[in-house]
Amino acid sequence: MTPDARGGTEPHWRRDFPIDWPEAQWVARREFVKFLMPVSLAFAVGQLWLVWRGWQRSAAPGPPVARIARVSDAPVGGAMLFEYPVGSPSRLLVRVDGATFVAYEQQCTHLTCPVLPAVERGELVCPCHHGVFELRTGRPIAGPPRRPLARVALDVRDGWVVATGIEARTA
Amino acid sequence: MTPRSKFARTQKVTIASGILAIVALIVVLQLWLFTASMNAFLGGDAGVLGPAAAASVLCLGLNLGLLRYLYGLER
Repeated sequence: MTPDARGGTEPHWRRDFPIDWPEAQWVARREFVKFLMPVSLAFAVGQLWLVWRGWQRSAAPGPPVARIARVSDAPVGGAMLFEYPVGSPSRLLVRVDGATFVAYEQQCTHLTCPVLPAVERGELVCPCHHGVFELRTGRPIAGPPRRPLARVALDVRDGWVVATGIEARTA
Repeated sequence: MTPRSKFARTQKVTIASGILAIVALIVVLQLWLFTASMNAFLGGDAGVLGPAAAASVLCLGLNLGLLRYLYGLER
């Protein structure tokens, strides 16, 4: 009987190059398990790297209090870009109504495209993949983003809008 | 004289298949842990990073133990 159970005489090439199927399967599975080890190691190292970065971030001092704009320079329904702290990615300041200012990181939490304000609809819109965030809270309400926009904590002091910190959120 | 394995070759293939399935499952678990941790990290939540890293290292140890057992079957 031939190895493929077809019967008949064994072809000449099988006698020259015999294949031991159980041995071949054993080696293939064993080698694949071995191949998965670096993958597993990479995930473990990545986790430890996240712990290290989280520790670095928590040890670093927060950004200083900084003036963003004069209240009189920000019209109701208007928006402006600013850097806080200086050199960081753009932040977006929006005056929702006479007494309410909101400010968020301008990068969409999906793939970091810049979000644009649609104040009349009470939304921030990411044009790349049609992600939509609620203007007053920064929470995602449509599209692919799952995390809210990082919020810049604001205060109004002596006629100035003042940034006092940054709040990244998961929900 | 070399000692013979206590398992037949076909049994060893079955064991290897089972171990491969377990290792693959553990690696997928590690992938899920990593994506969840990255989401927490980007959201400013550092509280889950330590336990997730410990779980991932534990998974790696488990995988290495299974690989060691698999190579031990050849002896």
